[in-house]
Amino acid sequence: MSKTAGNPKISNLNDLLAVAYQVEIDAVDRYNVLADQMETHNNPELVKVFRDLARAEGIHGEEIRRLAGDFDVAAHARDIAKFGRADSPEEADLGAAHYLMTPWHALQLSLAGEERALAYFTSIVETAKDPKVKALAAELVEEEAEHVSLVHRLLRRYPKPDDSWADDLDPPVSQE
Amino acid sequence: MSTVDTQRAYKQADYKSDIKPIWCPGCGDYHVLMSFTRAFAQLGLPPEQIAVISGIGCSSRIPAYTNCYGFHGVHGRSLALAAGLKVTRPDLTVVVASGDGDGYSIGGNHFLHACRRNVDMTYVVMDNHIYGMTKGQPSPTTEPEFDTALSPGGTKVRPFHPLVVALASGANFIARCFSGEPNETAAVLVEAIKHPGFSFVEILSPCVTFRPDEKAWKDLVHPAPVAATTDPGKAARRIMTDDGFNIGILYRGNRTPFQPAVGAINIDLSELEKDFEL
Repeated sequence: MSKTAGNPKISNLNDLLAVAYQVEIDAVDRYNVLADQMETHNNPELVKVFRDLARAEGIHGEEIRRLAGDFDVAAHARDIAKFGRADSPEEADLGAAHYLMTPWHALQLSLAGEERALAYFTSIVETAKDPKVKALAAELVEEEAEHVSLVHRLLRRYPKPDDSWADDLDPPVSQE
Repeated sequence: MSTVDTQRAYKQADYKSDIKPIWCPGCGDYHVLMSFTRAFAQLGLPPEQIAVISGIGCSSRIPAYTNCYGFHGVHGRSLALAAGLKVTRPDLTVVVASGDGDGYSIGGNHFLHACRRNVDMTYVVMDNHIYGMTKGQPSPTTEPEFDTALSPGGTKVRPFHPLVVALASGANFIARCFSGEPNETAAVLVEAIKHPGFSFVEILSPCVTFRPDEKAWKDLVHPAPVAATTDPGKAARRIMTDDGFNIGILYRGNRTPFQPAVGAINIDLSELEKDFEL
């Protein structure tokens, strides 16, 4: 099944602004869910990583809102920015979370999200007929490419953990 | 279904409580919670017009994480509680949450009769083929060869087939979803809630702690190749012969829901007590 099936239709600049805004807001929500999970499971290092990622995506969302000027980008997003079967492109995969995950894993999730967003906006550049839409999508592609580079740079600080990262001599019995 | 509030645009956040879920990170139930709140927002239902009822188990924690009315009931008895609520308060939208242990084993008999009775409510079973909360015992949907320290060599027992049982017992709407597709699941839940009578939605929801192999489900699920049928015979054939990973609405029946007239029997309780006097 195509995971891009059901992507929102981009007919004009406002549609693209709304979708780009929603992509960031969905990412914020998802990182906060993951941060909450790590808080519950006493993994404070990851709480900070996910909250920082949420904050960064929130700033991107606000930048798009400012770019939209007086146009109510959030309201329009609620109407059109629906992604069918798939998650919104930048949403981290909830199913990949683990209570013992490390910053390296969190950044891998982030990298995958940024790469999906890059591919998504690239596909808009390739298919858009409206030159304004094409131009804004190209800007978004540049930004996402920067984010991909940034995550790669951050990953240099966090080497891949060895295979025993998930070993737990006292695994969870009950979550009570 | 209760009355839609057309004056207000609800957001998912309107249906979330302040309590943070304590499911294991990676658990499919997080996605199911997301699908619940998405579906409620899409329906535009005021939170106070929704009741989320559950039994016991990981999945049954869900009422606490919503901002709707909720009842975390006795193991396996969520359907009985929910049916009682719905017949006395037909104005409420009643959604019941369960798991494969709570719903198909401890509550198996209630499942049959809830389907048969066809009260207008939606039954969501988060099926992970294991008892997760109590450390991974085989459940009614566990594969016979699933080999663990708790079931050495596997149980060798044929798994329960909930969708077939639901159809045979009279459920009026049957669907299967995958937790990893929360948008699609929300869309199915919207249809299930709107459909009159007893709607049964099985959600394949991986247990990453005791069934890490279920992470592979995301590559196995696929949309049902044909649209939902209203013919129970066709539905039976399809459900019996599918691979267990067909996702979507599989059956839409047209049975009239069971709804006794509330307050129709006007009895003075003191008169009734006289009948039982010794």
